[in-house]
Amino acid sequence: VYDYVAGKADWGSLGLPLEGHAGTETRAGAHLRTDVPTCRFDECLEGVRHRVEEAGWDTCFVVDEGGVVIGRLGRSALRDDPSPGVEEAMTPAPSTVRPSARLEAMVARMRDRDLTNLPVTTPDGRLRGLLTRGDAERALARGRSN
Amino acid sequence: MTAAMPIPIDRDEVLRLVADEAAQLVEVLPEAEYADEHIAGATSIPLEELNERAPRLLDRGRPVIVYCYDYQ
Repeated sequence: VYDYVAGKADWGSLGLPLEGHAGTETRAGAHLRTDVPTCRFDECLEGVRHRVEEAGWDTCFVVDEGGVVIGRLGRSALRDDPSPGVEEAMTPAPSTVRPSARLEAMVARMRDRDLTNLPVTTPDGRLRGLLTRGDAERALARGRSN
Repeated sequence: MTAAMPIPIDRDEVLRLVADEAAQLVEVLPEAEYADEHIAGATSIPLEELNERAPRLLDRGRPVIVYCYDYQ
């Protein structure tokens, strides 16, 4: 007999599948945009700006070689920051949530803080994707109507 | 005779045991907590019922992994 000592809290925090009334579908991790662009801190801002724009995004996450989020380029940095490099333009250490975060709480958080999205990472900071307020609100509404 | 102490394992080992050895996951929290959320595929056997129900519900030939909510 084995004991998974970190338990289902650890399992859910990685976005691994949960079942039950509050299963995976009620969690942030099931509703992510996983195609959100990423870049490295030592890239040229202009190049990243073009890449992000071509992909149809207005934000980009700065990650290290292990995929850990170290910063974010927001709309204004991508639009008109005069810095030559990503490192100078990025907002370091953005606030993130885990894939197991409950959708209802995440929608409330985005409404309260007037946010349009939340980056979702594993507990060790690896980017899983972006939870947009629109996606989260629609998923919550679907869940309530079922 | 006393039962052997469970061997502590991490998530990677859980994934390996389930994939390679068809391990059985058992949530030992109360059933209401299992109904709320549980690891996909896990069986509910609350701790106080473990001795009575485990022999009936589990396959002795496959590894058993018990878990709670977190480090409790």
